[in-house]
Amino acid sequence: MSLKRPAKDQPDHFEFNSSSLEAANKIISKYPKGKQQSAVMALLYIAQKQNNNWIPLVAMKYIAKLLNMPYIKVYEVATFYSMFNLSPVGKYFIQVCTTTPCMIRGAGKLVEACKEKISEKESELLPDKNCSWMEVECLGACVTAPMMQINDDYFEDLDKEKTLEIIDKILNDEMPKPGSYRGRVNNEPESGRKTLMELKNA
Amino acid sequence: MLKDQDRIFQNLYNDLGSDLTSAQKRGDWVNTKEITDKGRDWIINEIKDSQLRGRGGAGFPTGLKWSFAPKEVGSRPHYLVINGDESEPGTCKDRDILRFEPHKLIEGCLIASYAIQAHVCYIYIRGEYFVDGQKLQAAIDEAYEKKLIGKNASGTGWDLDIYIHYGAGAYICGEETALLESIEGNKGQPRLKPPFPALIGLYGCPTIINNVETIAVVPTILRRGGKWFASLGREKNTGTKIFCISGNVNNPCNVEEEMNIPLKELIEVHAGGVIGGWDNLQAVIPGGSSMPLIPKEKCETLTMDFDSLVAEKSGLGTAGVVVINKDQDIIKCMARIARFYKHESCGQCTPCREGSGWMWRMLERMARGEASKDEIEMLGDVTKQIEGHTICAFGEGSSWPVQGLLRHFKDEIKKRNNFDPIVKETQNIPYLVDQHLLDKNA
Repeated sequence: MSLKRPAKDQPDHFEFNSSSLEAANKIISKYPKGKQQSAVMALLYIAQKQNNNWIPLVAMKYIAKLLNMPYIKVYEVATFYSMFNLSPVGKYFIQVCTTTPCMIRGAGKLVEACKEKISEKESELLPDKNCSWMEVECLGACVTAPMMQINDDYFEDLDKEKTLEIIDKILNDEMPKPGSYRGRVNNEPESGRKTLMELKNA
Repeated sequence: MLKDQDRIFQNLYNDLGSDLTSAQKRGDWVNTKEITDKGRDWIINEIKDSQLRGRGGAGFPTGLKWSFAPKEVGSRPHYLVINGDESEPGTCKDRDILRFEPHKLIEGCLIASYAIQAHVCYIYIRGEYFVDGQKLQAAIDEAYEKKLIGKNASGTGWDLDIYIHYGAGAYICGEETALLESIEGNKGQPRLKPPFPALIGLYGCPTIINNVETIAVVPTILRRGGKWFASLGREKNTGTKIFCISGNVNNPCNVEEEMNIPLKELIEVHAGGVIGGWDNLQAVIPGGSSMPLIPKEKCETLTMDFDSLVAEKSGLGTAGVVVINKDQDIIKCMARIARFYKHESCGQCTPCREGSGWMWRMLERMARGEASKDEIEMLGDVTKQIEGHTICAFGEGSSWPVQGLLRHFKDEIKKRNNFDPIVKETQNIPYLVDQHLLDKNA
């Protein structure tokens, strides 16, 4: 459970645009009749996408009305899950995994790179920057550690230099190429693979 | 080493492509109807014969779990829920199944749904795996288009709809009842059991919850026979398993291997050895962060399966092997894991919510050498106060790694933390014990 506070400056109005509304209705239809509350997480996510990667309180109220559930329940969900940003983050939102498997492979260096290039403090959005960063818990790519996530994409097998390069690109408003930065396309051993050799050579 | 033809996930490294045509070439979806025609009892018995145990961490026998579903569908529909909320540090196996072998999973969903009489299946994927989830969605769309799922799925006469539900970054949602709460649109806080989900689960209906890997191996087991699967590994620990080897090894990788494989073979042969050589090994976390670590001496002979690891007071868990060499500070590593648990505790039960923070703060101080001698015992007491006093297994998951550290590296902690306690003890009263329970004359 992480401590999260909604932003001080909140917009007055929020409404789904037509494409968001269409996506939302499609998601609601996945669940049995009367159980539309199940869609709340997906709808919050859509709202976040539409609203520059963060969820204002009016969006929660809007979703509560849409799903016919109490506002406090939407608020509960939005504050419980760590992927919902309740205050503005950068257009490029960098999440560096620093849990033990990444840590012992040098995730600290990635954090250093972020501190040098973006901001000294995590979750801080400087006015002249288009990105912010934060440390997060295990992102489930331990074999390609250390790694970080930028918006939806994983950047794996990193070191400090490569992280600096990636951040430089982002600061120029260019999306770098996701995936492994040591040329892996999967989780096979980088050298000396011993299994499924026939398929590899086929 | 396991023979290549006995590996279930032929496309683990995406040599062949994950689309439907390539999957069919590998044998997926070939005779699904023949399998379901043999009937529910045959399927469940075959899975029982294979002695398949759940791959999500607890290792519960899958066939037995399926047999808990009510035999007749009453007024409430049945549900199948697939747990793909893979968040255990050290584990990244389900991601490869989602992106490279989606059709094994989808076919497994159909067969399992048929066996437990569910018409709707939800696949819960952690929110961070959005890109991999989209690949699975593409595979599901493909399967709908070819009428492999949907109405009269694959000609079996069974209707099945599969939906993906994304999580949003909560480790606790990997716990099955928290996962159900999350699908219902609530905070992911585990439910009290009983009632078990097999009778009262999603929306109060009978629900069977299985891990992604468990379901993905089901079609292959039924094609090749439970006996084949049971012939791999050893009694009660049968079959193959995807091991994720990460940390201080030369070639971190995922590899599918037979159960009961020696840990040393896994590290030396598949992962290219420990960085700095085998002698530089300090400890191994054998099954994801919640399993106690194993010191080097025991790693020489250790075999990787559920029961042999339990005998070493650890566990196979999700088979995420994290190798830690001597260049790392072991106390710091465990302090970081404690921080993970502090961050991920759902906050429902007090021992876990408060205790996970205590353990983290104490370990941080111990890593800096600022703790006093008596705090080492106190830390052990704290872990005992959490373990077994919570609704779900998170309490165990957070305290076991600390207990493992205390069991094997107490000397290391003692060496670094040598202060005398501030308050001297006059009696040997354990910390944190309800005082009124103590004998007054003691």
